[in-house]
Amino acid sequence: MEPKSELLVTLTLFMPLIGVIPILFLTRGREARIKWYALGFSLLTLGASLVLMFSFDSSKAGMQFEHLWEWFQFGNFKVSYYVGVDGLSLLLVVLTGFIMPLAILFSLDHVKERVRLYYAFLLLLEFAMIGVFVAQDLFLFYVFWEVSLVPMYFIVGIWGGEQRIYAAVKFFLYTMAGSILMLLAILWMGNHFGTFNVQEIMSAIQAAGATNQSAFPVGPTELLLFLGFFIAFAIKVPIWPLHSWLPDAHVQAPTAGSVILAGVLLKLGTYGLLRFCIGFFPKVSVDVAPIVAVLAVIGIIYGAWVSYAQTDVKKLVAYSSISHLGFVVLGIFALNSAGFQGATLQMINHGISTGGLFLLVGMLYERRHTKDINAFGGIWKVLPVFSGLSLVIALSSMGLPGLNGFVGEFTILLGAFGSPVLGFWFTLFATAGVIMAAVYLLYMWNKVFMGEYKQPAEAHGHGEAHGESHEGHGDAHGHDDHGHGDEVDMEAVKRAYPPLSWNEATALIVVVIAALVIGLYPRPFFGYMDASAGALAAEVQRYVPGQTTVVQE
Amino acid sequence: MENFASLVPLVILIPFTGSLINLFLGRYLNERMIGTVASGAAGIAFVIAATMTFAMPRFGYEGVVVNPPILDSWLYIPSAALNIPWQLRVDTLSLTMMLVVTGVGTLIHIYAIGYMHGDSRFARFFVYLNLFLGFMLILVTGNNLLVTFVGWEGVGLCSFLLIGFWFDKKHGVGWKNSNAARKAFIVNRVGDFGFLMAIFLTFWTFGTLDYYKPGEHIPGPVHGETVTIEPGAVASSDTHGASTETVTDKGIFGKAEDLLAEGGHIVHFGPFSLSLEAVLTIITLFMILGVTGKSAQIPLFVWLPDAMAGPTPVSALIHAATMVTAGIYLITRNSVFFHAAPLSSAVVTLVGAVTALIAGFIAVGQWDIKRVLAYSTVSQLGFMVAAVGLGGYAAGMFHLVTHAFFKALLFLGSGSVIHAVEHGHHHAHAHGDHGDQGHEEETPFDPQDMRNMGGLARKMPITFWTYLIGTLALAGIIPLAGFWSKDEILGKAFNGGFNDGKIEGFIALGLLIVAAAFTAFYMWRQIRLVFLGKPRTAAAEHAPENGALMTFPLVVLAVLSVLGGLLNIPLGVNIPLVPNEILTLWLEHSVPYTKGLEFNFLLAVTATVIAVAAIFVADRLYSPEPLTKTGKDKLEATGLRAYFRLANAKLYWDETYFRLLENPYNRLSKWLANVVDWDWWHDRFHNNVIRDTFNRLAGFLANPVDRGAIDKAFLRLGDAVAAIGGRLRGLQTGYIRTYVFTMLVGALIVIFLILLPLLRQAVGR
Repeated sequence: MEPKSELLVTLTLFMPLIGVIPILFLTRGREARIKWYALGFSLLTLGASLVLMFSFDSSKAGMQFEHLWEWFQFGNFKVSYYVGVDGLSLLLVVLTGFIMPLAILFSLDHVKERVRLYYAFLLLLEFAMIGVFVAQDLFLFYVFWEVSLVPMYFIVGIWGGEQRIYAAVKFFLYTMAGSILMLLAILWMGNHFGTFNVQEIMSAIQAAGATNQSAFPVGPTELLLFLGFFIAFAIKVPIWPLHSWLPDAHVQAPTAGSVILAGVLLKLGTYGLLRFCIGFFPKVSVDVAPIVAVLAVIGIIYGAWVSYAQTDVKKLVAYSSISHLGFVVLGIFALNSAGFQGATLQMINHGISTGGLFLLVGMLYERRHTKDINAFGGIWKVLPVFSGLSLVIALSSMGLPGLNGFVGEFTILLGAFGSPVLGFWFTLFATAGVIMAAVYLLYMWNKVFMGEYKQPAEAHGHGEAHGESHEGHGDAHGHDDHGHGDEVDMEAVKRAYPPLSWNEATALIVVVIAALVIGLYPRPFFGYMDASAGALAAEVQRYVPGQTTVVQE
Repeated sequence: MENFASLVPLVILIPFTGSLINLFLGRYLNERMIGTVASGAAGIAFVIAATMTFAMPRFGYEGVVVNPPILDSWLYIPSAALNIPWQLRVDTLSLTMMLVVTGVGTLIHIYAIGYMHGDSRFARFFVYLNLFLGFMLILVTGNNLLVTFVGWEGVGLCSFLLIGFWFDKKHGVGWKNSNAARKAFIVNRVGDFGFLMAIFLTFWTFGTLDYYKPGEHIPGPVHGETVTIEPGAVASSDTHGASTETVTDKGIFGKAEDLLAEGGHIVHFGPFSLSLEAVLTIITLFMILGVTGKSAQIPLFVWLPDAMAGPTPVSALIHAATMVTAGIYLITRNSVFFHAAPLSSAVVTLVGAVTALIAGFIAVGQWDIKRVLAYSTVSQLGFMVAAVGLGGYAAGMFHLVTHAFFKALLFLGSGSVIHAVEHGHHHAHAHGDHGDQGHEEETPFDPQDMRNMGGLARKMPITFWTYLIGTLALAGIIPLAGFWSKDEILGKAFNGGFNDGKIEGFIALGLLIVAAAFTAFYMWRQIRLVFLGKPRTAAAEHAPENGALMTFPLVVLAVLSVLGGLLNIPLGVNIPLVPNEILTLWLEHSVPYTKGLEFNFLLAVTATVIAVAAIFVADRLYSPEPLTKTGKDKLEATGLRAYFRLANAKLYWDETYFRLLENPYNRLSKWLANVVDWDWWHDRFHNNVIRDTFNRLAGFLANPVDRGAIDKAFLRLGDAVAAIGGRLRGLQTGYIRTYVFTMLVGALIVIFLILLPLLRQAVGR
């Protein structure tokens, strides 16, 4: 008998939840094992998502591994447990599976308080995030959407920095504010279409569109519904100017929290835009695309600019997310296949690169207990491997060809340029953002890793004296700088910057490998998306008045 | 046909392999082994490139597109009609570049073994150097604008890494180096922005980015006439956005030629509708921005002089001979586009000529031996850029090749000098028999400052004689390489002005002749300051000649600087055994619109007289002692004081940029971040507006909406859920944490409700 492949998505979805059980019921005294259980189950989830990926048929546009269970029905409302993946959500599920072990790997060394609760929340969060990506029932989607808030709220609020409570509350309130509007929209949709089933609703909308009719009542209803979804997603992304919760949440969250927040949680918003805003409301999307794209481009430039002025390394990375996700939103509202695929790949890339950046900021913080950019300097000299890996991550975030960031950004910009609704000016300004990314990332890289090595204050006296005694020596060599290895006191260096632990090194190396693989051979990733993105683009472009023709007589 | 060219992936892979070996095994190897691996990789790549070059005539000089084994497309998105294969192009143009890059590269690798001896990051230096070669070879062999861009950015990265190689030096030098590296990267990024825009425009105009499709060929050249690409398959005249695939077997140049020949094509980009010619003009203008970045032209040349912070072999290889010529290569490769865009070509010409003059002027006033050479490089790149702007693709490439010889020679020579002066300083310092050391403790000795040199000719004869050859070649003295190549560029400008009636031809001719005079002047000033006269410091007194590892490449490059001119002797000059126009004829097989040029005797004489006169003036001025008694430049003692100071201050170019661009950028950034984003938006707006509104809204939703709609909807969910809903309402505006907890419990119950039927279903089966 053929294996029940329809259960694959369900299996991937529930794997982390199953992992919560042993963690919650593990007896006292065995708490040391908790983290290994958590790592194990996150890896099992990754495995399941990879099996899902490899058994995915990339030639099909629609949902695969669908699992539908009529749950209950009352009046007009039909609610079902309905999950499945298509080309656009598949990679995000894999991304979730990929990011979570990294976050846990980092936490292994550094999280020592209330581990049971911590890892339970992490796995619960993973469950909810995968749920958002696979849910094909609006009601179910909403449940997962809200559930994903809760663990993150606690992760920030309990294990976060000094202002964690403020940040957690703000994060929660902001997202809730949007969610309420979305809930209204969802209820309206369920009532109107008599089902929460996403696929059924979409077919109804597409059927109406095919005959040049609208599935919605005349008037502003469609726009209002669009906005109901859009605002919820826009806050989550965050689209400028709704980003004010992000620096707080990111800076206050523990490292693993930041990694997950940047790596996956923000993508719930961009995924929602792609799946629901574009999918349900193609006509409105076409109409508002230039406006949203303007916000996206402002976000790209604004985020990059604000990021450059930060003196807190973590805040710098946090603001860079605004800039990067601006690219994603731009790609989505390019409303063509290149834009959709570039955007989806860029969601993955941002997860990897910015996740990696937060990891390395966390590693710096664990060593020096500061995030002040001016406290660092010359780390390249004392931690060459760590710095080398960090450089690759920074470059991937900057969009250097051959690494993952470039592939996504290039495809997005290409899509935006050829977009039926955007075009030259949008691309021009967005491409300028590529320059600005180099400005802020190199600023950080320069300050932290290059320049003269700065010995931290505690060993200052010793280091200084030692340096002085060698100064004449250094001068004599002057230009060539021969033998400068002995200028710093290696013992003091080791105290200030202990070398990477195996767990840390593994996490960074995995990130670097992922960046290289996607950068050098993105073809399979596009392959998974192509059919679904193409179908969606074709559906949306039906609403574009007068298709753009490129070269003609 | 395909056989010999299929070696080309090896040319790229071998340097990368060398880089990886030294990266992972470098710590276990000694210097000699590391150096051998790296130089060996460069050398093998050179041998393969040379083999392909010698095989070329047997295959009719025809360009070939090579699909590397194993690798298929890099970017492949069928539904967007995007396909970027990892294809490589082997033709006479790319082979010329390959030979220069690997040939000069190998010599510099060997030299660097000596130069970098004893450095604590010796292995890493060669990792970067080989990595650079690999990317540079991708740049010159890619058969696709985007693959070229990969190389383009890759070499930029290596340049960054190598400029900042000594990031950890003391006395703030390390910070200076780091900042120079960052500056190079960012300024180049501005250029890359232009390159990217050109790529987008090209893609949406032609539906592909490939230069040539496999099998497509340029027909045999007709000497002296324009070469057009043979129309093959019929190009579709309405390329249709992303959706329609135009199946033709032509690359961008073939398509452009076809469409231009048909005429009257209009390209639509969203709201814009432009003629194909206008689009090509815009594409090429964006490309020029890229060129000004990488090839250090106005307005983006500011990074190159600072890039001299890198070790001298790097300056020679990357910032003189190879990477910075990428812009000239790019224009030559896209000659079809530039030919169709006369406006852009004029811009290219003017940018090049003005840069040549301004950089030449600044070079006159510099004290740092490498900075003089850096500005000289900018100036010479200006010559090349002006040449290709005037359609002198062969002339530009010719100067590129000869310049690679003599400028690499000069840089390596300066490295040799610096190395020796440093050792001399160390020697003097160690012996402590000189009185002026007290000062040096406070102000570190600068081994690159020409004021600290003098009289080195007797100390370092090989370095001196080779340096002299390089100088004369650069100054354009007959019969050295620089004479022929510079003369061809001047000839192009002359032709452009007098025969074709191009206004930019006249301008370029005038500017370039003055620039050539400056060139001869500042180079002879350097010879006087560095090698002649008496040693001015103890360091110069004790400077020793360097070992064979460093002098051997100097000698080879000196020979090449003498003989390099034979590559392209113009028509009208007969040299026994040497055919005329070897390079032009060779390049015609791959560069459409390449034209040869008759030797212009009058022009050659004029240029030579001017160069000799400039040398004469410099010699008079700086002899017998090049400095005044107060240690100032002799020029400062003349009426030209103001000009010297202007040149010395680099025309305040960096300061102007700082004031106009960098400072406003930084201040705007701070203002946006601190005032707008944080104080106003984050603190005030959030607290006063959003939070209050939310509270009010929440109060509203809690009662009418939640009770009215949601409860009704979920009435049938059962008592448990209803109870939770009741608690939710009660807590709505209350303590947030309780709220969240309640929600979690509610959510878990919902999940349980999902699970229950699922379990039942599973069990039921």
